Amino acid sequence: MLLFIEQCLNGLQFGLLLFLLAAGLTLVFGIMDLVNLAHGSLYMLGAYFAATFAAWTDSFVIAALLALAATLVAGMALEVVALRRLYGRDHLDHVLGTFGLILFFNELVRIIWGPAGMSLPLPMWLIYPIEILPGLFYPTYRIAIILTALLVALFLYVLVMRTRLGMLIRAGASNREMTGALGVNINLLYTLVFGLGAALAGLAGLMQAPILTVQIGMGENILILAFVVIIIGGIGSIRGAFIAAVLVGLIDTIGRAFLPDILRLVLSSRGASTVAPAMSSMMIYLLMAIVLVLRPEGLFPVSSK
Amino acid sequence: MAEALLEIEELTKRFGGVIASDSISLCVPKGELHAIIGPNGAGKTTLIGQLAGEIAADAGRIRFEGRDVTALPTDRRSQLGLARSFQITSLFLDFTVLDNVALAVQAHAGHSFRFWRDARSESELRTPARAALARVGLAGRADVVVSNLSHGEHRQLEIAMALATKPRMLLLDEPMAGMGPDESARMVKTLRELKRELTILLIEHDMEAVFALADRITVLVYGRIIASGTPEAIRANAEVRQAYLGEQEQRHG
Amino acid sequence: MIASLTPRNVVVAALLLLLAAVPIYAFVTANAFLVTLFTRVIILGIAASSLNLILGYGGMVSFGHAVYLGIGGYAVGILAQEGVTSGFVQWPVALFVSALFALLVGALSLRTRGVYFIMITLAFAQLLYYFGVGLDRYGADDGLTIRRRSQFDHLINLSDRTQFYYLCLALLLATIYLIWRVVNSRFGMVIQGARSNDRRMRAIGFPTFRYRLTAFVIAGAICGVAGALLANHTGFISPATMHWTRSGDLIVMVVLGGMASSFGPLIGAVALLSLEEALPILIRAMAFPVFGDAAVRMAEYWQIVLGPLFLLVVLFARGGIDGLLAGARRG
Repeated sequence: MLLFIEQCLNGLQFGLLLFLLAAGLTLVFGIMDLVNLAHGSLYMLGAYFAATFAAWTDSFVIAALLALAATLVAGMALEVVALRRLYGRDHLDHVLGTFGLILFFNELVRIIWGPAGMSLPLPMWLIYPIEILPGLFYPTYRIAIILTALLVALFLYVLVMRTRLGMLIRAGASNREMTGALGVNINLLYTLVFGLGAALAGLAGLMQAPILTVQIGMGENILILAFVVIIIGGIGSIRGAFIAAVLVGLIDTIGRAFLPDILRLVLSSRGASTVAPAMSSMMIYLLMAIVLVLRPEGLFPVSSK
Repeated sequence: MAEALLEIEELTKRFGGVIASDSISLCVPKGELHAIIGPNGAGKTTLIGQLAGEIAADAGRIRFEGRDVTALPTDRRSQLGLARSFQITSLFLDFTVLDNVALAVQAHAGHSFRFWRDARSESELRTPARAALARVGLAGRADVVVSNLSHGEHRQLEIAMALATKPRMLLLDEPMAGMGPDESARMVKTLRELKRELTILLIEHDMEAVFALADRITVLVYGRIIASGTPEAIRANAEVRQAYLGEQEQRHG
Repeated sequence: MIASLTPRNVVVAALLLLLAAVPIYAFVTANAFLVTLFTRVIILGIAASSLNLILGYGGMVSFGHAVYLGIGGYAVGILAQEGVTSGFVQWPVALFVSALFALLVGALSLRTRGVYFIMITLAFAQLLYYFGVGLDRYGADDGLTIRRRSQFDHLINLSDRTQFYYLCLALLLATIYLIWRVVNSRFGMVIQGARSNDRRMRAIGFPTFRYRLTAFVIAGAICGVAGALLANHTGFISPATMHWTRSGDLIVMVVLGGMASSFGPLIGAVALLSLEEALPILIRAMAFPVFGDAAVRMAEYWQIVLGPLFLLVVLFARGGIDGLLAGARRG
């Protein structure tokens, strides 16, 4: 039972990271109508920056803050230099252009940091587990991730629900005239929004770095998972993205943890342990397929016919 | 009274807190040209959207030729003979004028699971298309790419495409939008000819055209019908004058 | 089909002549590698042409098209592993399973549009990729070696490099011709119309979904055959063939070559594969005067040039090479 709760918490944590990524994508798509495949590259940069700054400053927290700032700047620079030329164009153009950027960033990282990947060690006070339930010890760091992500989610909620900018997001507006009518400098607004999206991606990247990985191409697989989250949650809906992300995180984590045992009931032990990882990976996509059959618009679509 | 071709029963549509269609009920008998007028935001385009099948009504029924079409998708309604033109031009911009209309013909010439023969060589498609173009006066522009047409020609093409689908009823959404006086006069002439063989529901702002063409007029304000009757009755109706016609006179005066 | 001596027609004719002459030239110069290289170009040209049907003409941006290369390849590989080496069985299976998968994916995803559709096709590609990784019996992650090429009795010997090459070339030309006919037929008009203005198509009475789904299935089936060819060519199949970046490459070929044009995808395949071979050499040559020996290391990072190149094509040469040749930009 305790194992189950632990896996649930892991799933929650993973889901919240997915939410950060998906929220950034939805934000950029909702306001600028831009499909950004290179979002995963910003996630990767966040992790690499954090690992580098941690090696320089020996402080995890400072490294995290610096990495966040660096990703924000990198994101805004990317928008100004390259991506803003894609606004208003066909989505195919976005897909192709940002696909090229993925290749670019992967090579750039390879040149600067080498092909081997990096690690981001945690300070003692974050590794130390705390007893959240009698008998259940859970790493402080993972709790920190959950809390941080929830805070960010709360911030996004306030932003989307209570501000004029949020009104734009909710209306699914990519309408420059409407934005202009709010008396805002559009170019600056778009750059800032993109920066925010980049920061969210970078935050997700740096937070998972100590647990999972810091390596080239780490952004791609999780980017596709973020897409799945958006599809299941309903495109344009941040609330949908939140619920879907937590759902996906839970199912993926619990599935991975318990699938081998479930399979062992049907298959041989060796068969189960070889098939399980692939099946676990497939699970989320099967879930997406099922949702699409039942609710083609996603669970919480923003627009109604 | 001639049998009703189109019957709208208590049609209601809400967008959030806004009522776009407030229990609209209307009958259009066969052969009539029925005009719908009203100030901007009255819900006229929403009404057309529901009639054409693009917008799902929240309540109410739509009957076409006695048949309940409320739940039918847009393409099925077109197949039944209910054709629609768009207020904001919606054409196949990268195709030629003839290609556009030929597509409309093709939609009603059986299924399109034909993979081999060059569609542009099929006289079964091209001939009726040319005929439709001739009716609206665009025969000479058949091979022009649509994006190179003038606005007025776009509006004419909209009508041609609706005609090419062999309709029994036309839903025309502001066909004269953005047209100058010459073009409008030509459009009125075209509509007057079409009136003889088709039932037409016409949404328009151009009052001259409306009073020249309409057999009956319905006035829509904030999604609700405030008056419906012959042009003379509407012209004399005080409420209508206050809500709408007065406005119009001021603007044109 | 084409009669006049425009720049584009000249280039296409030259390209076809070149492709026809490759094995002869290779024989004369005893350079077998050329045949191998161009066989791959041709096979990918078939795959890209099939994608062009739905992407270029149909406006359906499928980011999971490489999946069918994998399905076709695994059909050949799995059947070969299980002792069925007859091409008369393998290739129809490749086509049929590809068509079936396309039917399933299309049925679920074609009700959506735009970016939604792109994401869904991408996700389904991942699904199949992980499925391939889990195929323990058939090599899983490491892939499956195919020891014997598809057998066609006495009709043709695929192990003969030259025969295989000309078979692929013939299939390429057949594919291009078939797609050209389909695109100009009534069916093709519906597909193109739906790309241009789907709302209008439905308003004039077309139930566009069934037509777009059919096009999607046709494209998948053709690509499945390309997959069977590819597996025979490399003697190997692995999930990597289905990785989403491979789908990205196919999209690049279609756009780079020129969408909605008959020979665009082939030109794109030639262009992309040429770039992949030529860029390292170019970089080394250009960097050597300045950086000396370090130029060799620099050439390894040629992908850093390739990526932004895609962006530049999107921004400045949207009509692709075919568009540049035709002198006009496609909207």
